[in-house]
Amino acid sequence: MEIVVCVKQVPDTTEVKIDPVKNTLIREGVPSIVNPFDKIAVEVALQQREKHGGRVRVISMGPPQASDALKECLAMGADEAILISDRAFGGADTLATAYALSTSIEKMGPVDLILCGKQAIDGDTAQVGPGIAENLGMPQITYAAKIEINGDTVKVDREHDDGYEVMECKMPVMVTVVKSIAEPRFPTVKGTMKANRTQIPVWTAADIGADEKRIGMPGSPTQVRRIFTPTQRSQGQLIQEETAQQSVAKLMQLLGDAKII
Amino acid sequence: MAIIVNQEKCIGCSACVPVCPFGAIDMKNGKAVINENCTMCGACLPVCPVEAIYREEIERVVTMDKTEFKGVWVFIEQAGGEVKGVGHELLGEGRKLADELGEELAGVLIGNGVEEMASEVFASGADKVYLVEGPEYDHYNTEAYTVAFVDLIQKFKPAAILVGATNDGRDLGPRVAARVRTGLCADCTDLSIDPETRLVLWTRPAFGGNIMADILCPEHRPQMGTVRPKVFKKPAQDMNRTGELVKVASKVKIEDLKVKLIEILAVCTSNCKLEEADIIVSGGRGLNKPENFAAVEALAEVLGAAVGASRAAVDAGWKPALHQVGQTGKTVGPKIYIACGISGAIQHLAGMSSSDTIIAINKDPDAPIFKVADYGIVGDVLEVLPLLTAEFSKYKAACK
Repeated sequence: MEIVVCVKQVPDTTEVKIDPVKNTLIREGVPSIVNPFDKIAVEVALQQREKHGGRVRVISMGPPQASDALKECLAMGADEAILISDRAFGGADTLATAYALSTSIEKMGPVDLILCGKQAIDGDTAQVGPGIAENLGMPQITYAAKIEINGDTVKVDREHDDGYEVMECKMPVMVTVVKSIAEPRFPTVKGTMKANRTQIPVWTAADIGADEKRIGMPGSPTQVRRIFTPTQRSQGQLIQEETAQQSVAKLMQLLGDAKII
Repeated sequence: MAIIVNQEKCIGCSACVPVCPFGAIDMKNGKAVINENCTMCGACLPVCPVEAIYREEIERVVTMDKTEFKGVWVFIEQAGGEVKGVGHELLGEGRKLADELGEELAGVLIGNGVEEMASEVFASGADKVYLVEGPEYDHYNTEAYTVAFVDLIQKFKPAAILVGATNDGRDLGPRVAARVRTGLCADCTDLSIDPETRLVLWTRPAFGGNIMADILCPEHRPQMGTVRPKVFKKPAQDMNRTGELVKVASKVKIEDLKVKLIEILAVCTSNCKLEEADIIVSGGRGLNKPENFAAVEALAEVLGAAVGASRAAVDAGWKPALHQVGQTGKTVGPKIYIACGISGAIQHLAGMSSSDTIIAINKDPDAPIFKVADYGIVGDVLEVLPLLTAEFSKYKAACK
């Protein structure tokens, strides 16, 4: 089975802090990580390979240092990695990113299963996976919490309202995964050493034969007009009366005063 | 097509270096230089005190006649015979945008036997309803809904489309946008008409809510966005209001659909529709053991609230993952969020800090949850919860 996992290198947004004086983002010291949902997708791919055989390839679009993210996936056990990197891809929105990735995947040859994380933690858009599936004319199942493959059929439990929709689809298919589907494994020491020695191939816009009007900024319909920091929540009122009963009474009174209830 | 530092204007203050989310600015010979990590997000632009950093605009090839595209559309998500709340919220907000543009507001209703819901869509402010019906739309299906939606776009050419940022909305939006090759702004929390360009100005959080971005889609139509449930109020409905019902034939055959729904598994015993909830009561590790979640559920029951859980509580197996609030779970913005025994890890805060009012109960007065809480009770959550439940029961009885 041919599996391709799309991964993104992201700044660890939980480490991002706001400068309280200037009210700006502090990037210093914020580590770059593999998007946590994508790491889960890699784990799912490895589990399926262990069950059904085949090959797991990981692909990422990003600046040259995104190869670190791909090396981490190789260290986890992925067979091959490809980095899509070119200044011409810079400033891509989700439409242009999905185009670049789907064009690259076409170049990789026939694929049975494309796995993506449900979204990236920096942009949170959840759009690139469906965009890739659309460009490749492939069906999609998003928010997968369980996946089972039997022959050429994929069965997925998809997160939905009070439970799961059980869906079935013949491969090829693109599936995005949620956190509860699997716990990503840690890379082995041997795997890490091997990954560090691996030279990851880099494909440019020319290598994938991309239409220059559909990549990077020219291929991106959306434009960021302004970036600003939201007003931060300020600390409210702490209630610590002598007894819990008194604290609760105080809270009810404050909620009433503020006309919240 | 790049972010450029005017080397003559740059005074070498390095104010831009730490604000870059991607570490893409270096200081070389006392001047700021953009390196290859730049994603052109523009976060550095406003911090430069001498306006030395600017965005080089590119010539865009105009490929379509934008004047043909008129009107604001709202995707009316429905399930179980009911229009979901977010559809009404977006009709209310879409009405304002349409009025400002002097154009019409339409609802897009796709389903099986859903015609009678059109009256509700009119009541919430729509001038028109586009209706596509058939058994193939009985339950949401990506392929079927995409074909129907794209057909409507090509026939009737709207200027802007609002879709609720629910699981289904976020599944459908990018598929439709990719097919018609337009821009889609994800998970917006504010909408307006940009006075200068008359375009929809989409405002959305990024970086786990650490920054906000204003986004435009200048050269492509329709302009599309998914919008978070609960950020806008449901408009007052006028059931006497009517409009034009436009029925469009389905182009989908049920046997052509590749993804088939086999069954629906209900796993949540308590309400886990967190995105649509007005009130959420969430429990965390401070509850000590799974049985104690009953105290959280009791309060939720009295308040008619959904039940949330921290990552710690879900990882411990106390609650199914569908209840999880936070970066790896659901992002919520209810009117009232009550955090019970949740310390408030940054990942949790990222998922709930846009709530209108936050109430926290925790025994540790230094818990980070209190930094975002409007009201915080310092105390034993297991002692406080039953008292609070009793108070709210009394309050509710008094209101009746």
